[in-house]
Amino acid sequence: MIDKVTKIEDAMAHIKSGDTVMVGGFTVSGAPLTLLHYLEDMDVNNLTTISEDVGFAHQTFYENSANLLEKKKISKIIVSFVGGAKIVNDMISSGELQYELVPQGTLAERIRAGGSGLGGILTPTGVGTVAQEGKRVIEVDGKEYLLELPLHANVALVKAWKADHMGNAIFKYSAANFNPLMAMAADVVILECEELVETGEINPEDVKLPGVFVDYVVRPEEVIL
Amino acid sequence: MADNRAIIACNIAQMFKNGDFVNLGVGIPTMASNYIPKDITVLLHGENGQVGQDRTISGTRPEMAAWEKKHAGEDGDWKIGHKDLCNAGNTNVTLIPGGCCFDSSISFAMARGGHLDATVLGGLQVDIEGNLANWIVPGKKMTGMGGAMDLVSGAKKVIVAMEHCSKDGTPKLLNKCTFPLTAMKCVSTVVTELCIIECKEGKFIVTGMAPGVTKEELQAKTEAPLTFADEIKEMIIPEE
Repeated sequence: MIDKVTKIEDAMAHIKSGDTVMVGGFTVSGAPLTLLHYLEDMDVNNLTTISEDVGFAHQTFYENSANLLEKKKISKIIVSFVGGAKIVNDMISSGELQYELVPQGTLAERIRAGGSGLGGILTPTGVGTVAQEGKRVIEVDGKEYLLELPLHANVALVKAWKADHMGNAIFKYSAANFNPLMAMAADVVILECEELVETGEINPEDVKLPGVFVDYVVRPEEVIL
Repeated sequence: MADNRAIIACNIAQMFKNGDFVNLGVGIPTMASNYIPKDITVLLHGENGQVGQDRTISGTRPEMAAWEKKHAGEDGDWKIGHKDLCNAGNTNVTLIPGGCCFDSSISFAMARGGHLDATVLGGLQVDIEGNLANWIVPGKKMTGMGGAMDLVSGAKKVIVAMEHCSKDGTPKLLNKCTFPLTAMKCVSTVVTELCIIECKEGKFIVTGMAPGVTKEELQAKTEAPLTFADEIKEMIIPEE
């Protein structure tokens, strides 16, 4: 029998200061908010996060977000959209927060490459813009592409609606976003779920995140939505 | 008299055909969905991972918090709305029958892979080569490009929705963009409150003009030289 269901404190203990952590979600939609609130009170810092945006890490727009920026847990963000939040811009101006901007589709593919054993991807996105700086331009059939390298993390924090004890998971509507991609691209994958069901209760053809990518399943007593 | 944004949105909506698959960016592009003729179905692409947006659900913060509690988990669905069904502006939405949801990799495959009939997005500057700048004003707040660079790099048509000049009267249709680019040579069409311009072979070709606008006035408000098509359509001015 395979049972990956783990207490939040045991799963999250895998995060160490200085780690690179992928965080699923698009703003707070599909973000693992219970895990992130737990991270807020952990004795770790100097994290690099990889995420679509950082709406999960400050409460400027969403009161259910965690205060990871205010509590100085994160020192670098790899992100496609910041959204003009004051705390993020202030921390960048003061040098407290480093950032790397990645076009959103490129971010998805770099993560997918990282989890799929690929050496990178070629994309037309960003040719002739600042996104090209420092990258190899490769011509294929007369068209220019940027070589974008894979992204990998120490830990991925992802969120699904329903999961079984083996980590097979289903998402609700648009809440999948980066979650199934990130679950392929980290050494340790922690899955937060709203509902935990017995293994075998999810029809195999409905699984959107295969459990083989998941290390720990956390079903918090109170899920922060 | 309708405001500039409504004029732009309405004229863009007339460019869609039944069955078109389009991405509408935030701001004026999103307003275009209000003017799509009722007898056609246009599939909207939300880069966060859904196709087929129908209506948006809005309310005050406390109202939406209460709504989300009632539309979470097993409660709520794509017809009446669900906490986990949003558009790229993080607004809760419903879907039309035939809508679907997917992850971010598939979402951008739709964009870059040439599956979108059109991407409509706002603009800060467009130049005569069809270069677009729309994601950052140097010296202003850092926001990030989000999906913009991908959304313009594969769509069959890229339609830019923007006011003809900036608030202080500075032209936005230029010989050469001065702001950092979103993408090179990507713009097909620009729609402003004054005219419709096709970007072709290094030219701005005017194909539509708002009623009462003269060619001289249009050129005076445009840095780059304009070419006027043989036939120029009159733009629609929507009722309030």
